[in-house]
Amino acid sequence: MSFVNLSRRTLLKAGAASLAASALPFGIARAQTAVVLGIVYVGPKDDFGWNQAHAVSVETLKALPGITVVEEENVPETDAVAKSMESMINLDGANLILATSFGYYNPFVVDIAKKYPDVTFRHAAPLWNKDTDPANAGSYFPYLNQAHYVDGVAAGLSSPSGKIGFVAAKPIPSVLSNINSVLLGARSVNPNAVVQVIFTGEWSLPVREAEATNALVDAGCDVITCHVDSPKVVIQTAEGRGVKTAGHNASQAPLAPNGFITGAEYKWETIYKAYADAIAAGETPPNFLVGGYHNDMLRNTAYGAGATPEAIAAADAAIAELKAGTLKIYKGTLKDNAGNVVVDKEYDNYDPYLDGMNWLLEGVQGSIT
Amino acid sequence: MTAETADAILPAKRSSSVRVLKLAETVAIPVGAVVVSALLFSVFLLIIGKDPLQFWSLMWTGGFGSSFSIQNSLQRAAPLILTGLAFAIPARIGLTMIGGEGALVLGGFAAAAIAIPLVSNVVPPIVTLPLMAAAGMLAGGLWIGLVGWLRHYRGVNETISSLLLSYIAIAIMNFFVEGALRDPASANKPSTLPIGDTYRIGSIPGTDVHWGFAAGIVLAIALWVLMSRTTFGFAARMTGGNARAAKAQGLPVGWLMVICCIIAGACAGLAGFFEVAAIHGQANASLVAGYGFTGILVAFLARQNPLAVVPVAILFGAIAAAGGVIQRRMGLPDATVLVLQGMLFVVLLVSETFYGRFKFFQPASSGDRV
Repeated sequence: MSFVNLSRRTLLKAGAASLAASALPFGIARAQTAVVLGIVYVGPKDDFGWNQAHAVSVETLKALPGITVVEEENVPETDAVAKSMESMINLDGANLILATSFGYYNPFVVDIAKKYPDVTFRHAAPLWNKDTDPANAGSYFPYLNQAHYVDGVAAGLSSPSGKIGFVAAKPIPSVLSNINSVLLGARSVNPNAVVQVIFTGEWSLPVREAEATNALVDAGCDVITCHVDSPKVVIQTAEGRGVKTAGHNASQAPLAPNGFITGAEYKWETIYKAYADAIAAGETPPNFLVGGYHNDMLRNTAYGAGATPEAIAAADAAIAELKAGTLKIYKGTLKDNAGNVVVDKEYDNYDPYLDGMNWLLEGVQGSIT
Repeated sequence: MTAETADAILPAKRSSSVRVLKLAETVAIPVGAVVVSALLFSVFLLIIGKDPLQFWSLMWTGGFGSSFSIQNSLQRAAPLILTGLAFAIPARIGLTMIGGEGALVLGGFAAAAIAIPLVSNVVPPIVTLPLMAAAGMLAGGLWIGLVGWLRHYRGVNETISSLLLSYIAIAIMNFFVEGALRDPASANKPSTLPIGDTYRIGSIPGTDVHWGFAAGIVLAIALWVLMSRTTFGFAARMTGGNARAAKAQGLPVGWLMVICCIIAGACAGLAGFFEVAAIHGQANASLVAGYGFTGILVAFLARQNPLAVVPVAILFGAIAAAGGVIQRRMGLPDATVLVLQGMLFVVLLVSETFYGRFKFFQPASSGDRV
């Protein structure tokens, strides 16, 4: 309490004092190498999805010495995020800002990074351009489709019908790649597997997500997975209908005690720990950091009651191959579901061609238009 | 000098002292409501085991405690002034028009859309920006004008139609942004073509606050003059008081409603223009940020007075600005400030019933003199 009163008095006295002065009284900015990590979320921290995955990861950093974490949730992709980041810098002394929502980057992260060249900014999508964007900004992004491939393997061997339902937000490349990867994973163990997809059109639209889940179950899908910001509604609805589920973003295992198979999860703490270590050591963290299983940026949720023993064995094998870098997901000759050849060679899992994906593979029932 | 002696000695001053008392009442009751809701909220904080003193001091720090915090509050207030006006003006004529969100979105979209050919032909910003602003105001004005038209000529409830039209406006924007007007480079977040840094409207010199704030203040003053000092404003307020009586007096009630709605839509559309020209540089789903709905609260707290909208919008800007630091320091969820806003709103509605109930604010034995 006392430090708050002191700070208030100090600030009152200072009146329209300089920005730097206002940051001082709080004593959060200690030695130069101390890391004050400010992280901004677009939704609630406990959404069982994208935001929770980040929040769980920074939680593991809080215990480390020399790191202070300040968090702000429900920050919209407007100038509110610019002001939140500035507030963290000016009032809390943050020297590492993590902006975790896609729409934060341009213009907000770019503008604020130019304004505060001594602060390190990192954004959770592969958008940083070394030619045009500030040197103190940067990007990080794990390719979650590798973990969705593992979901597909486990689902393919846990689904009696071989029919997997996928509730998707928007038909954009990263979502399409997850859908296609589930199909390829499932087909690697069951050549007759199919994926039926429904797009809701929004990142978070719980009512339509529930409707889509029910429609997929009604259509005969016995495993449901998804790519929406918060998979909570999808997983709970599917569990309520008595079908199996595979998760996305964070762990949804507690939501589906009977049908949960596994889930594709980000392991953000690998990245955040690396950033914090670099700053503590006085170094510049890498500007562009992408990865997947091979560099410990992903994991699959611990297997639930829905996973069969064969599924667990096959999924573990796939994970081992992904970690070793020997498994390529897009390879051979693959047609999209309109009959056009879209893959005619073996692509590396990080090939830029895949970043522009605008097709659903043959075997996926659904349309992106 | 007491009111009685003033009235007795100087009849000319009597009305001014009545006016002062009335002004004091219109200031004291909302301020009292804010204080009461602050006390109630403190009780709420105590119940959940948090320190109210820390909360309020952080509120001060985050909202007004430094020049950064003040600018943070003002910047966040900018769209709220305009959307507050968008609710306040129709309210003066008796319409509960809650579609500011849609007008803002459509105005922002229109501004971004008209910018596409202008920017690609390198028309200078001095020409482009006013055209964008005009497009935004026109789009918003026509959209809400439609609400007024439907109300008067078809008897459609303006509250429902404006709310539903908001969803249609958002859908129209999404349709174009994800379709015909989509910038091919915006793969993962569909947007219109960015207008580019040279076309971005800057900040008010010496500050970080964009020009939308200044525009809001100018518009608030202009609309206050219009509503309280002109024949149009008198006619509009008379219609708001009793539409049938106004009609019996020969006032063009229907047109007054339509015009007030057009003004309202233009205010919200202008807010959309500033979101595009000052902040996003393009139109996309981020325009749907709820400013239109917060503007309703702002206008309510300002009792639909265009001038009062400005300080109230700044108060809401400060609450939003401080919300972040409160989350970070006290570990309270973001919804905390929504609880505060909700309490404010409810207490304010209750406080509406107190006008004329306090003897202190009533001119002595005014009944037989006024």
